[in-house]
Amino acid sequence: MAPSSTISARPTSGARAFLQRLASGDEIARLVTAAFAGCILLATVGVIWELWVNSTLARHKFGLSLLTSSDWDAVAGQFGALPFIYGTVVTSLVALLIAVPVGLGAAIFLAELAPAKISSTFTFFIELLAAVPSVIYGVLAIFTLVPLMRDYVEPALKKTLGFLPIFSGTILGVGYLTAGVILALMVLPFIISISREALLEVPTEQREAALALGCTRWESTWQVVVPYARLGIFGSIFLGLARALGETMCVTMVIGNDPSIHTSLFAPGYTIAAILANEFSEATGDLYLHSLVALGLILFLLTIVINAMARLLIIATTRRGSGHP
Amino acid sequence: MTLRNRWRKALSMVMLSLTGVCAVLAVSVLFLILGYLVYNGWRSVDWNFFTKLPKPPGETGGGMANAIAGSAQIVLIAIVIGLPIGFMAGVYLSEFGGKIFASIVRYMADLLNGVPSIVIGIFAWSVVVVPMGHFSALAGGVALSLILIPITARSTEQFLSTVPQTLREGALALGASKWKTIATVVVPAAYRGIATGMILGVARISGETAPLLFTSLNNQFWSAGWNQPTASLPIMIYSHAQAPYDDWHRQAWAGGLVLLAMVLTTNIAARWILSRGISVQKG
Amino acid sequence: MRKSNMWLGALAAGAILLAAAEAKTLINAAGATFPYPIYGKWFEEYGKKNIDVQINYQSIGSGGGIRQLTEGTVDFGASDMPMTDEQIGKVKVKPLHFPTVLGGLVPTYNLPGVTQDLKFTPEALAGIYLGKIKKWNDPALKGTNPGVNLPDTDIIVVHRSDGSGTTFVFTDYLSKVSGEWKKDVGANTSVKWPTGVGQKGNEFVAGFVKQTPNSIGYVELIYAVQNKMGYGAMKNAAGVFLKADFDSVTEAAAGAAKSMPDDFRVSITNAPGKKAYPISSFTWLLIPSKIDDAAKKKAITEFLHWMLADGQKYAAGLGYAPLPKEVVAKELKAISLIQ
Repeated sequence: MAPSSTISARPTSGARAFLQRLASGDEIARLVTAAFAGCILLATVGVIWELWVNSTLARHKFGLSLLTSSDWDAVAGQFGALPFIYGTVVTSLVALLIAVPVGLGAAIFLAELAPAKISSTFTFFIELLAAVPSVIYGVLAIFTLVPLMRDYVEPALKKTLGFLPIFSGTILGVGYLTAGVILALMVLPFIISISREALLEVPTEQREAALALGCTRWESTWQVVVPYARLGIFGSIFLGLARALGETMCVTMVIGNDPSIHTSLFAPGYTIAAILANEFSEATGDLYLHSLVALGLILFLLTIVINAMARLLIIATTRRGSGHP
Repeated sequence: MTLRNRWRKALSMVMLSLTGVCAVLAVSVLFLILGYLVYNGWRSVDWNFFTKLPKPPGETGGGMANAIAGSAQIVLIAIVIGLPIGFMAGVYLSEFGGKIFASIVRYMADLLNGVPSIVIGIFAWSVVVVPMGHFSALAGGVALSLILIPITARSTEQFLSTVPQTLREGALALGASKWKTIATVVVPAAYRGIATGMILGVARISGETAPLLFTSLNNQFWSAGWNQPTASLPIMIYSHAQAPYDDWHRQAWAGGLVLLAMVLTTNIAARWILSRGISVQKG
Repeated sequence: MRKSNMWLGALAAGAILLAAAEAKTLINAAGATFPYPIYGKWFEEYGKKNIDVQINYQSIGSGGGIRQLTEGTVDFGASDMPMTDEQIGKVKVKPLHFPTVLGGLVPTYNLPGVTQDLKFTPEALAGIYLGKIKKWNDPALKGTNPGVNLPDTDIIVVHRSDGSGTTFVFTDYLSKVSGEWKKDVGANTSVKWPTGVGQKGNEFVAGFVKQTPNSIGYVELIYAVQNKMGYGAMKNAAGVFLKADFDSVTEAAAGAAKSMPDDFRVSITNAPGKKAYPISSFTWLLIPSKIDDAAKKKAITEFLHWMLADGQKYAAGLGYAPLPKEVVAKELKAISLIQ
């Protein structure tokens, strides 16, 4: 009997081999699941493609001045993205300025001080906070935060720090500051939960060594543990930032919708996400529409960059040694 | 004790208590939100809310029945599109993935995950609404599925990869083919985590508003089909909260309470399932 | 757990809806927020009487209505600003304008402690929106409102953030009464506002003013009335201070009714006449001149007939004024232009 290829050596390449593998069902499974995975590729590439193609008119007409011009005039056909980039950056910065100290403080408490039961219960609640939809934050902001800012917080700031240009001007209740505060609430759970995990990863020997050298509990935490976990903490901050940049609904409801640049935090402004939400369905004319899509493209690129930095930082700390990409 | 040491000890106590304050503040935000919604909304969550259609502006007595049904319809479309793709992609990444293609797909999934939901809405608009010629529940469902897919894919991959390799090897040793192993051994072993990931993903997209703004738009009546504009709960809440009518405000609170209750119970249930799974596996 | 519930619920809903939907002619429309209270009422009432027709109207602003009509994503649009020739040229099927009601634009404000109605001169209103008049107790406002205790607070100006026919009516009026406004800002659905906060739609402007003390905004009369908000009297071209109401708005259209152009595009702001309210406007439905779908064409033309007869009866109750008889007659003839 001639040796059959199926008994001795299977061909490892070529069409024959492929057909044989196909017969076993595994290859089909592989191809089918790969096709589904390819859908993700298709979708992502599709998003980038559509954003690029649908913003052509604006990019060709304005070029780089799209990024530097602060003139947004639908009637005159002039579109500059600067007020929206400014608003997006300012509100996100305000959000981080509030959320990072509070978030880091809470993470330190949960990782270092709290007994395990309290730590896990609190973390459970904080992670639930991350699941609250943005529109609900927005509703609360309109009815509770805006009056609070308008009647108490902003007047108090104006009275005490009113000489600073960022705390001057008419008090409306809506504006950069209020949007920043509500964003801070949205970003807080992310900073807390990721920083906490980064802090938990720090080996106990570090703490013990510091305490053995005579540090107080705080000094050991602040000067040894936190720096050790700084990559993960920075990662959480970047992740929070990426979240804040793209946040739409609650910001739209409290930003005041003014496409200009103001120095005062009490003033109304606009973010990229907010103007897209407000004006996309009614942009008359192709140039207007393309300019809005161009704004979407700018936001997309911004979030990609920040997200990538966040992932790198987080992976560097929390996946140390596991070899998982 | 020297003055300096006393100062250091005092500082330590102050700073550490401050961190406690921060933690309490953070947790209290959740309860404040819940509290406000319950306080303002519970009286309005009545039979009318769940069964009536919205009334013209200025009239009282309407409800958000069509929005709840509409949301269910749109989310269902997103589930039908997004869960299979996400699940299968996760299976590929965990079980079949080679080096290059898999890492590209993972990177793209992370990218897609990070796209702001309003930009997803723009994409769905240009790819579904424009060719179709009108707004539709389908467009809304497609937009939401684009958010669901990367979440599902990554969590499926994550939980499949926690299944011990010994399980796979055992099945293969018994003569099962690879796909049979995956289908009958690996996936069932990780089903809790996978289901949890899916449930959390669905809860997340149920609350999304931005992608629906110019895809499914809105509708004062019951949805007339997957290819027609459809009301959804988050959009209704958004429009009612900022309108001047007190009756609409009342309904916005009720809607917010219903939405939040749904999202929170789903999250809590999912975590409970997951925690039980973990303890079972360990034991 | 949750998924299976959703499956069942959606399946059931879907079955019911499918059964119901098959019998109906579904029409989608979008546009102006100015007439939304009456359109909402009309489409609900009309739907009750004609259960085989369902008209879904979304109030997204005149700019949105024009855009959706141009792209063909809705069956008809609505706008308080008549389309320009340039805009009409961009639509594949030429749209016809059909006036529906007359409305009055009022300056609504939120001044806690002030119970009297305020009087505004055109110069004062322009000054507030130009950012020149910054406080409520400015001499310009105090002069026209003797005896009113105007507070020493900043005026929070609210305008539209979206492309709005209401904005067009307002800025059209301001351009007619203030040379400075005409030069610096102009009249359109979307302008460069010198100051203020933007809100989307008549609804959100009214909502914001209602929530924010010391604010002022411009909205259609019914929004102020339905929400019990204070609104001011305007000084008209004849020098009389008038609040917007049925009579004053009807009077504003009296002159235009007789000289209505065939395409119904006309502006009636700052109309002459002692009893005319100066910030009044028609509002239009934008109907394509050629509708291919026979069922939709029938439904739309029948609705237009109903609107011009029974529909007009709802106007007064909702703070709008019905169309003058001459205009109705002209429109009835124009309906036959729809092919």
